[in-house]
Amino acid sequence: MSFILLVEQILNGLQFGIMLFLMAAGLTLIFGVMGLINLAHGSLYMIGAFAAATVAGYTGSFVLALAAALAAAAIVGAIVELVVIRRLYDKDHLDQVLATFALILIFSEGTRWLFGSFPLFLDIPDYLSGPVTLPGGIQYPLYRLFLIVVGLLIALGLGALITKTRIGIQIRAGENDREMIAALGIDISRLYTLVFALGAGLAGIAGALVGAIQSVQVGMGEPVLILAFVVIVIGGIGSMKGALIGAILVGLTDTLGGIFLPELLKLFTDPATATSVGSSLASMAIYILMGAILIWRPTGLFGAKS
Amino acid sequence: MIAERYLNAAILAIFFVVPAWAWWANEPFTITLMTRAAIFALAAVGLNVALGLGGLVSLGHAAFFGIGGYAMGILAFHAQTVTPVMEWPFVIEGTKSMPVIWLTAIVLSALAALVIGHLSLRTSGVYFIMITLAFGQMFFFFSISWSAYGGEDGLSIWVRNDFPGLNTLQPIQFYGLCLAILCAVLWFTSRLARSPFGLALNAARQVPQRVETVGLNATRLKLVAFVISGAITGLAGALFADLNRFVSPTMFSWQMSGEIMVFIIIGGVARLFGPVAGALVFVALEHFLGGLSDYWLVYLGALLLLIVLFGRGGLIGIVSGREKAHG
Repeated sequence: MSFILLVEQILNGLQFGIMLFLMAAGLTLIFGVMGLINLAHGSLYMIGAFAAATVAGYTGSFVLALAAALAAAAIVGAIVELVVIRRLYDKDHLDQVLATFALILIFSEGTRWLFGSFPLFLDIPDYLSGPVTLPGGIQYPLYRLFLIVVGLLIALGLGALITKTRIGIQIRAGENDREMIAALGIDISRLYTLVFALGAGLAGIAGALVGAIQSVQVGMGEPVLILAFVVIVIGGIGSMKGALIGAILVGLTDTLGGIFLPELLKLFTDPATATSVGSSLASMAIYILMGAILIWRPTGLFGAKS
Repeated sequence: MIAERYLNAAILAIFFVVPAWAWWANEPFTITLMTRAAIFALAAVGLNVALGLGGLVSLGHAAFFGIGGYAMGILAFHAQTVTPVMEWPFVIEGTKSMPVIWLTAIVLSALAALVIGHLSLRTSGVYFIMITLAFGQMFFFFSISWSAYGGEDGLSIWVRNDFPGLNTLQPIQFYGLCLAILCAVLWFTSRLARSPFGLALNAARQVPQRVETVGLNATRLKLVAFVISGAITGLAGALFADLNRFVSPTMFSWQMSGEIMVFIIIGGVARLFGPVAGALVFVALEHFLGGLSDYWLVYLGALLLLIVLFGRGGLIGIVSGREKAHG
């Protein structure tokens, strides 16, 4: 097991984790402010990817494609909030789960209707493709490095938005006491739409960014959504810092587990068994991590003590 | 408005009359559809023990459905290839006997429910939903990576398993078996709801503190409900795999968990016959709308959205005019 492979896999895990963070941040924000569990967040990820693939297909511009992903997901998010989600804030979690499950059915099948069942492809632009040489002579794909940098920049921007700006103060106030900020004359329903659209936009951007290294297809959002839930459970609901750390933990565990667990088992048993048992164990690694953290801290690493 | 009692009788009557007609008219496909409805109803009756009685919103019941399915798949696979399931520390042979398979499915899914429930019940509310969903997904990925039993392709069984004294290859006989189990489980859950355990569980759902004050452990009550619930859904999984003579990771998918929950909601939460009515409506919609459009799930989504937003109490609630199941 060489040093180069280790660095590569750590970077891959970091890249995966940062993209998970973009999903988890929106979910945790929406839960923190509105108390809503949104299963349809994966659909917004898918909408972002489809919007990007379509715009890139017509214009050939990757920047325009990203902008389209952000805009499409945010606009669809705002509309969904106004038409459906708004009616769910006062309902119990079961109703929220079912209504957003219904939204998944509508969005997934609707997208299949519009675009067909075949995956679309979103190409990495020339100026971001190819490998780049890192210090130490390690070759690494430039686009994946770009994902890490962009993701971190978005995370920083989001942090600044929430801690430094007026909107951010309103969002944090909304998490603490929604009646109070309504009484202070802030239009709470507009704030809710805004927060939902912000979370949707983040999901859309993530979908477009990841769509360029995977295929863009119906149902691409839900596996990521479930991983984002694992991230939130690990990090603690409503905590942005928890979402970031949880996302990186999950990203690293999943990527490194897939590579190193079979290798580790080869020390104890024959290679064939080690490979099959190792890959089975690796597919469960993040859930075992989640279970362990639940035993240790039931409300997550940074969750409020109940 | 029709009293819920008569409505329940009417729903049950459909499960007797339609297959009897199909048998008489020699329409085996209708019998297969009704078998599918009965098995889905059984899975949903299982979830309803956790959801309706215990107030536990589990989005991971596909885990138990799939465990039941794989219990059948693995035992029957070893029986048809005449290889032992395991040799160490003791020998376990495969089997084609339904009662043995059912018992295995029940025990294994109950064990899984015990572990998942024990971990998930450390939390509540929206954490519980996310965690059960995540554990369900864990089984999904595990079954995909488990290449010994087909991995992503699943396992096919050549001949349906045996039940003493019946010819299970006859659709009507296999249907009768499924219906008998459904009726037995419905009777069991109706007794359960009125038993001291059910009453305590009901109270634990509403005000856990009050239950704790009288010396009962609310978490343990919910855990027991979760285990019973998982075991019933696991049994349904074994029957479902036997119906299709095929088991695959799809049985573990999160959509499956969502659909089992949808059966309950269409019919009505915490109503004895809610899941039964819901499964029946779902299979009917799947058959008729699915025949009209490949994209019928859009309509199902719209229907579900309308029920959640406007029709509290599900179809039974709408028809019987009683919104609340409790009280």
